[in-house]
Amino acid sequence: MSTILTPALTAHWDEPDSFTLAGYRRDGGYRALQKALAMSPDEVISNVKESVLRGRGGAGFPTGVKWGFIPKGDSKPHYLVVNADESEPGACKDIPTMLNNPQVLIEGTVIASYAIQAHTAFIYVRGEVLQVIRRLQHAVAEAREAGFVGPDILGSGFDLDIVVHAGAGAYICGEETALLDSLEGKRGQPRLKPPFPATAGVYGSPTNVNNVESIASVPWIIENGASDFASLGTEKSKGFGIFSLSGHVTTPGQYEAPLGTTLRELLGLAGGIRAGHRLKFWTPGGSSTPLFTDEHLDVPLDYESVAAAGSMLGTRSIQLFDETVCVVRVVLRWAEFYQHESCGKCTPCREGSYWVVQLLRELEKGGGSEEDLDKLLDICSNITGRAFCALGDSIEPSVKSSIKFFRDEYLEHQRHGGCPFDPAASTLFTLESAR
Amino acid sequence: MLSLDELRSKLAADAAEIIGRYPQSRSALIPLLHLVQSEEGYVSGEGIAFCAEQLGLTEATVTAVVSFYTMYKRRPVGEYHVGVCTNSLCGVMGGDAIFADLQEHLGVGNDATTPDGKVSLEHLECNAACDYAPVVMVNWEFFDNMTPRSARDLVDGLRTGAEVAPTRGAPRLCTWRQASRILAGFPDGQAAEGHTAGDPSLAGLRKAKEQGWTPDTPASTNGAHE
Repeated sequence: MSTILTPALTAHWDEPDSFTLAGYRRDGGYRALQKALAMSPDEVISNVKESVLRGRGGAGFPTGVKWGFIPKGDSKPHYLVVNADESEPGACKDIPTMLNNPQVLIEGTVIASYAIQAHTAFIYVRGEVLQVIRRLQHAVAEAREAGFVGPDILGSGFDLDIVVHAGAGAYICGEETALLDSLEGKRGQPRLKPPFPATAGVYGSPTNVNNVESIASVPWIIENGASDFASLGTEKSKGFGIFSLSGHVTTPGQYEAPLGTTLRELLGLAGGIRAGHRLKFWTPGGSSTPLFTDEHLDVPLDYESVAAAGSMLGTRSIQLFDETVCVVRVVLRWAEFYQHESCGKCTPCREGSYWVVQLLRELEKGGGSEEDLDKLLDICSNITGRAFCALGDSIEPSVKSSIKFFRDEYLEHQRHGGCPFDPAASTLFTLESAR
Repeated sequence: MLSLDELRSKLAADAAEIIGRYPQSRSALIPLLHLVQSEEGYVSGEGIAFCAEQLGLTEATVTAVVSFYTMYKRRPVGEYHVGVCTNSLCGVMGGDAIFADLQEHLGVGNDATTPDGKVSLEHLECNAACDYAPVVMVNWEFFDNMTPRSARDLVDGLRTGAEVAPTRGAPRLCTWRQASRILAGFPDGQAAEGHTAGDPSLAGLRKAKEQGWTPDTPASTNGAHE
């Protein structure tokens, strides 16, 4: 059997002290930083460009190219902001990364800051994860104590301060410009682009905003070489990434594999769908990506192949639902989520999400009519591309794809006068024994 | 409720430390509000006035920020904030049943507190632990793979003062106010404690180890062993 999994970021999570500086250094930690500091900042950027690492927060923009947008020789301070606001339904990779190996994120943060010549870096972590925040605070303190963070790092003359900044509960702050407003102490509402953060980010200064997994991949690339990273994956989607399997799968969890791995391969390792059941639908990249069904088991999970098959790789947040699950219920709950998290700045998202939820609620209860499905699609198409930021665009994919694949299931609600599914059948416990 | 003077005398030094972390003072507002919550248990009008005064902002500006973020509470909440994830995946896998059961068991609805002031109940959005579904959070610590029964035992334990430890996290569960202080950037020394890599976090790693797979193996084995 050829290699399917490539644990790199996850390689030492089973060690009891994997989150400490001592544990991280025993496993080779901070060698990459020494190597990076011996290079020029531009050489570090070139290395990351050559690795073809693409942003692991969902958009897939090449990380090295993004770093290259930061102006050189200007008079303004530069900033690195790590987006650790993981909140997309289905996404659960950055939180265990920071719990079990926060030092790899700190090392990556120092290297990235050196590359873009930032002397202050912020880790903007969602507030609802107390132990993750403790671990990050602890990791920065340990790294500072050892001279990896602070003034004159390893005698290089490079200074860096890292601030762990806990958010306060707002999904929209995962959008990079909303995150910047939030970091400035404001309501987390997105900004008009351009200007992009690389020229006018936090405090109007050049800023790179990168996802946790992107930054955490950098030490491996520097240590092992860009070509080793680029030798994994597919032609345009290089390297490894964490695939998060959740839902009705026998062994849910984190599976780190080259991009281009298929769900069939991952399910083979995860023991398949729970015993006695079959796959009905799944998200390749979280709740904002169009649904796939059991027809899509062999789609290579890379940016290009998933897009060609009609969805998006997103954050590789694979939520699996078996035949006991009502797709209308699932899609309604996601729509309610986007409605609740809409920041209210733009009309299509603020108003559109309300209409989508109202229509879906009626349909789920068995009300409405077949024309409401077309109305739903019409409203959705008036949100997508017209909203101020990507949050608005996140509402349509599950609605549209669920109607495409399961139109009759919507209509069955009307014929049945309500949801035809037994919600108890989808739970992981039998309700009687669990009460 | 504390007066503005009392808040000043209790929190001014901590506030100065928070403000000192940032290149521009207004960035301190989010942690300052966590700090106020660590003292008051929620954010009162006095708490808003305190933040406004520290940062040279109007109270209206601070209020607008408070109302945007769900973690800030505008009225007193319980010692333990119990959040049940009812987003699609957790909800389907049991979160809806758990949330319904807890409302009945505690006799309170969403966003309400038990009369003894111990437990506030709220349904949550995705807390990034989908591989441990259904998930319940207490003061933002993870309680994984819950059932209606284990959730009921959990809240009973919180109300009677029994030892309650999260599945992944610090073994000594903080109170709501103590948790808010950590969010404001003042660690409590529990970072190194507790088990955090549960079975799902290790699922892929274990499989890879069984097979001897590493990031170095694909080039040599791809195709060769098929």
